[in-house]
Amino acid sequence: MRRVRDGLPLLPFFAVVVVFLIIPTVTVVVSSVYVDGVFSLERVAALFTGTALSALLNSVLLSASTALLGALLGAVMAWLIVSSPPTSMVRRTVLSLCSVLAQFGGVALAFAFLATVGLNGVLTLWIQQATGWNLAGSGWLYGLGGLILVYTYFQIPLMVIVFIPALEGLREQWREAAVSLGASTWAYWREVAIPLLTPAFLGSVLLLFANAFAAYATAAALVSQGSPILPLLIRASLVSEVVLGQSGFAYALALEMIVVVAIVMAAYNLLVRRSARWLA
Amino acid sequence: MISARSVVRGALWVLFGLFFCFPLYAMADFSTRNLLAGGRTGQAWANLVTDEALYQAILVSLSLAVLTVVAMLILLVPTMIWVRLRAPWAKGAVEFLCLLPLTIPALVIVVGLRNVYLWVTYLLGESALTLTFVYVVVVLPFSYRAIDAALSSIDLQTLAEAARSLGAGWATTITRVVVPNIWSGVLSAAFISIAVVLGEFTIASLSGYETLQVQIVLIGKSDGPTSVAASLATLLFGFALLLILSLLTRGRRQQTGVTL
Repeated sequence: MRRVRDGLPLLPFFAVVVVFLIIPTVTVVVSSVYVDGVFSLERVAALFTGTALSALLNSVLLSASTALLGALLGAVMAWLIVSSPPTSMVRRTVLSLCSVLAQFGGVALAFAFLATVGLNGVLTLWIQQATGWNLAGSGWLYGLGGLILVYTYFQIPLMVIVFIPALEGLREQWREAAVSLGASTWAYWREVAIPLLTPAFLGSVLLLFANAFAAYATAAALVSQGSPILPLLIRASLVSEVVLGQSGFAYALALEMIVVVAIVMAAYNLLVRRSARWLA
Repeated sequence: MISARSVVRGALWVLFGLFFCFPLYAMADFSTRNLLAGGRTGQAWANLVTDEALYQAILVSLSLAVLTVVAMLILLVPTMIWVRLRAPWAKGAVEFLCLLPLTIPALVIVVGLRNVYLWVTYLLGESALTLTFVYVVVVLPFSYRAIDAALSSIDLQTLAEAARSLGAGWATTITRVVVPNIWSGVLSAAFISIAVVLGEFTIASLSGYETLQVQIVLIGKSDGPTSVAASLATLLFGFALLLILSLLTRGRRQQTGVTL
């Protein structure tokens, strides 16, 4: 009885989360297997047809390549930042810029690259004046190649943000211990630091993968025609209900996205728990 | 003497600096270029306030940011304090739900949102400001982390008992005693939420509301420089917000920054 009374003030919070997060998610799951109130695998089966499969494949390619590129380059950049003085203005500025680019960029990043390497982009015009070669010629910016470039631009800063805590968790004493036992700097990194950082690094790769897989705004602003990747196929099937001759296909596509992201995030949580043992 | 190590470091800083700053410079250059007559013009930047549709969209997004912050604080702060004081059995559930939006993409939420929004628009009318409800959910993970860090750094139990034993009610305890002590967390949550709402595109565009980001994409189809100017403006605004936040929370041991 007391429990019920103490639970009452939590009701508004639970109500908002249930209505605006849980119900939409359940709607997606249920609607992808119930068509007009009857259980049917028709919509899910359509996921395994040409357009949907190639969108999924492109999405996986895009997410995996930018996750790896972003993680490698981001880890190097995180190391650069961590080894500079912790209170310096440079460090604050760089970290704030990273947060903005990683998490709030969206549409703006698409326009940043249109202004740089688009048809009238600044870099395009420079190169054209200098060499006569048209950098934006084939329209690659609007295809998978362009998406990889723009996604890497927000994946690197995200890696910086998630990997810095792991780097800061490396204790100075461990390096001193290794060095006093006769290890070179290289041996310290190979035998101590890299094995310690590996779970955190792999976890970050998974987080970056999920981040790119679910990203929508940048791609939507950049690619206005065609649906090369899963999020854009979801847009197409939302905007015109009967794309691919299937109404309600967006539900099945969204379910596919939930499943992929959930698997990746579950693996991420396992790895984080592993690395938390050392780098607390 | 300069060591090989610092040469490599310097070179890496320059490379990363170029990769990240050049597109931002290109935006500034592109948005001030006069495409017809050559030379420079501030027309694209002037459009931010003179273009009626864009100006309205900016106002809508700013209102949404304010409403979302207010709603988020009203919903989250008392809940998190209450969970710590009187309902610790619910802590796991609250944390799980707050972090859940990191796993469920905004795109998925918007696909499943149609039925819910039929009710919302039926009850509250057709307005872009109704997006506040979803935005509160979208900013939950960021806000939860900021406020949770602040709450962990104070002795909440003692503060609350002291206030209550001096005769304060729960409302007074929360607003006049606890909140002033977790000010840095509340500030972080508010700033980050503003940045998220101003940059949000997915939900607004697929629900058919004209917020700033939606308008930027619409204008981009006919007037590139204005879109680029507006994009750069939102990036700079977000950057300024987070930089101010990092300076305000300077010297604190706890991590109140934006981490995923």
